[in-house]
Amino acid sequence: MAAEVAVAALVLLGATLVLVSALGLVRMPDLLLRMHATSKATTLGAALILAGTAVDFAAVAVTTRVLAIVTFLFLTAPLAAHLLARVSYFLGVPLSHHTVLDELAGKYDPASHRLAGAGSRQGGQDQGPTGQSASR
Amino acid sequence: MTPSPVETAALTLLALSGTLALWRLLRGPSVPDRILALDTLATIGLAFIAVQAMAVGRAEILDVGIAMALIVALATIAFAHFLERSIRPEGGERDDGR
Repeated sequence: MAAEVAVAALVLLGATLVLVSALGLVRMPDLLLRMHATSKATTLGAALILAGTAVDFAAVAVTTRVLAIVTFLFLTAPLAAHLLARVSYFLGVPLSHHTVLDELAGKYDPASHRLAGAGSRQGGQDQGPTGQSASR
Repeated sequence: MTPSPVETAALTLLALSGTLALWRLLRGPSVPDRILALDTLATIGLAFIAVQAMAVGRAEILDVGIAMALIVALATIAFAHFLERSIRPEGGERDDGR
């Protein structure tokens, strides 16, 4: 009985999360906000539903598969979102008119798609509040 | 086997989300928007598969989910990569990927 309640909670919560993220995909004003709404919530929703499946079957074979899927989902979703946001910036996909700050404006070299002055910046400006020098 | 009420509710919510994602896929307006919608649609499909495996009571259906998770992530990364290569003036050959 407790397992059934857990399965119902996991699956319904996951499906609701997926629905909320799909609503965000439709309602948000620009691409980056849409990505903000979907790339995290959809992944988490699918992971919750898969967790519900694992609890429902309560078998080692199923749990292993679910773990494999969820691990792969969590590994690749941020990668895909990062690459998509990056290419959208180079394509010049318009930002919402509510945008107040574009800190990357003018900092990318249009020819090579690298940050302009990435090498010379290391000396002076990278002193954050923690004092750690961001040397990569 | 008929799906339980919980499974029916979950499938309904997922179908609704899929419709919304499909709307964004058709509407655009930019190419990354469509790629994002496709990625979301595939993740919704993955969740659909998981619920369906529960409803039918067959764990083998989850193997489809494994393949889907693998292919979809690689597809999105490849889309973004080649889209960027197609607009970068130097570095690699130009291809008309869109």
